Amino acid sequence: MADSRDRVLGNLRRALRRGTADDTAAVTVRERLAEHRPNTIPARATELSPDAQVDLFETMAEEVSATVARVASLRDVPGAVADYLAQHNLPAQLVLTPDPQLAAIPWDERPTIALREGIAGADDLVGMTGAFAGVAETGTLMLISGPDSPTRNNFLPDNHIVVLRAEQVVPTYEEGWNRLRALKTLTDGKFTMPRTVNFITGPSRTADIELKIELGAHGPRRLHILIVDDPPSD
Amino acid sequence: MQATSHAFKENAHRALGDRNLQTALGIVKRNFAGQRTAAVARMPEFERLRDEGRDIKNHVLQHLDLYLEAFEQKVVGLGGKVYWAADAAEARDHVLAICRAAGAKTVTKGKSMIAEEIGINDHLEQHGIAPIETDLGEYIIQLRRETPSHIIAPAIHLIKGQVEETFREAHTQLDPARPLAEARQLCDEARALLRPKFLAADVGITGANFLVAETGSSIIVTNEGNGDLTQNLTRVHIVLTSIEKIVPTLEDVSTLLRLLARSATGQEFSTYTTVSSGPRRAGDTDGPEEYHVVLLDNGRSAMLGTEFQDILRCIRCGACFNHCPVYGSVGGHAYGWVYGGPMGSVLTPQLIGVKEAGNLPNASTFCGRCESVCPMRIPLPKMMRHWREREFERHLQPSVYRAGLKAWAFLARNPPLYRFVTEIGAAVLGWTGRSRGRFRALPLAQGWTNDRDMPAPEGKTFMALWAERQKRRA
Repeated sequence: MADSRDRVLGNLRRALRRGTADDTAAVTVRERLAEHRPNTIPARATELSPDAQVDLFETMAEEVSATVARVASLRDVPGAVADYLAQHNLPAQLVLTPDPQLAAIPWDERPTIALREGIAGADDLVGMTGAFAGVAETGTLMLISGPDSPTRNNFLPDNHIVVLRAEQVVPTYEEGWNRLRALKTLTDGKFTMPRTVNFITGPSRTADIELKIELGAHGPRRLHILIVDDPPSD
Repeated sequence: MQATSHAFKENAHRALGDRNLQTALGIVKRNFAGQRTAAVARMPEFERLRDEGRDIKNHVLQHLDLYLEAFEQKVVGLGGKVYWAADAAEARDHVLAICRAAGAKTVTKGKSMIAEEIGINDHLEQHGIAPIETDLGEYIIQLRRETPSHIIAPAIHLIKGQVEETFREAHTQLDPARPLAEARQLCDEARALLRPKFLAADVGITGANFLVAETGSSIIVTNEGNGDLTQNLTRVHIVLTSIEKIVPTLEDVSTLLRLLARSATGQEFSTYTTVSSGPRRAGDTDGPEEYHVVLLDNGRSAMLGTEFQDILRCIRCGACFNHCPVYGSVGGHAYGWVYGGPMGSVLTPQLIGVKEAGNLPNASTFCGRCESVCPMRIPLPKMMRHWREREFERHLQPSVYRAGLKAWAFLARNPPLYRFVTEIGAAVLGWTGRSRGRFRALPLAQGWTNDRDMPAPEGKTFMALWAERQKRRA
């Protein structure tokens, strides 16, 4: 219905008293879209040192019922996962995304954990994914989709474990966008938005019945974040 | 849906006598407003963010055509499709055509007010396609064949026992003796029943809280994760949205997101904020193969450049509902159409006509709380006054009402006469009511006295008392 497009845009232009070739307005819009100008950024996280930002991330994530464990390096991840599974009486089975960030985890040190790499299915109880960033101001994880990071792994398993390196913690959403744009520029020279960017703040919840918060509405019942302090070796 | 906004008074009367509803509204009042206040107190920059939010949206509205074109170009560049719908019927046609092309039998749905606005569920059902609401609140009201009573908490008019009853009636395949009195059990039951539906559906329909022109993205904000399962597990994703949802950049949407959850539920950030850009990419192992965006106008472009333009800044947080004494007394269904509360009182007359919905702008005490909490600083009371003016101009009120208003206007324009008449009135009422101090019934004022007593005046008007007092002081 091409005429609907014309009709809607025509109505808008009439209301705005603008012809199709209003160059000043077009330039304004083009510039606004290109400049990525931040608006007011809350001082809550920006005034903190990087270490304090990681602490804030942890505090804020725990406030929304995520659990957080700090480990010194990727070497400690299998042990931390085993502890977590035992603590919650979960089977020692894990589906993990083929994310290169997770590739260096020495799972063979915990041979009792059965691993499956790939896309999560309806029956997976525990899933592990890597993170793109963690936003300190609200304890929010930023995850992006790609061939190595299917989105459904963030939502289908009842228990979602996310590995976040301390250096991935950013103060604000804006800094998350900056890092995202930079990443894409390095790979193919121009920024292409990932198909999906998930901001995740705590486990799934609902308050639709009498405004009482219940965790685990449709997404994960639990969200466990492993913060790895050590920067990657490469 | 069939609007009953013209019957607001009857609806409100019924609502006031509905004990379950009154219990539920008590819960709303005890929670939302206080939660918002606490969240705002933790964000010292909040007032500045509100100014900026208003300015971002005003800028967008001044360039709406250009931002929509930029958005469309980006979506197409990513392999998605954009459909324009001048009205609800066109939007329904687009959605049905996409579903048919996908051979859809079932369609899962995330929460979308635009879906309510165009009545997509009935339309799909009439054409043999089963829509399945997946937001818990929406699922409950779909089972009950009801409409949402609040834009962010659609089933908030119900108490737990009613939900239990509904589930027992609908889920007959389950053990009738199962325990189901707690919210936890109700949530788990819905989760277990909906999970296979997510996996089996052919098409997923979501709304959009925002559209980003810079990247051609649609954004949904949820707490349950149902919207994400809806759009990720199906082969075809339809984003059902409207033209004013657009913002320029990711930076701009970050500012609006800081306002949204705090104003809505008092959360620092909603659990899931999902930014979607086009269909599955080469190499992706999941995600929808098709990504369609339906852009609805439905009367919005006609508000641009008028005294009602500011309502197009609305980000549907529901703060105006949560702080409104009228909504708090009668709930959302009394408003008789999709949008209730103060924002509904302003938007609805535009979308379905002032003849049907002219009552709504009158459903206000003009206390101004809605405007004072609106994250987009929308002057809601002012716009309700504009609708009242239009209603009066078009002679839509009953003749008694108009005559009364005219008589009052005549008196108010003649101060000596006004004083004379009110002095007589006050003296007569003061004298006749002197023994009881109140009236159980009064001629011409049954509208008041049917539900409560009218206190008797002191016998003198305020002006007279004031004059006496000034004299004493002198």
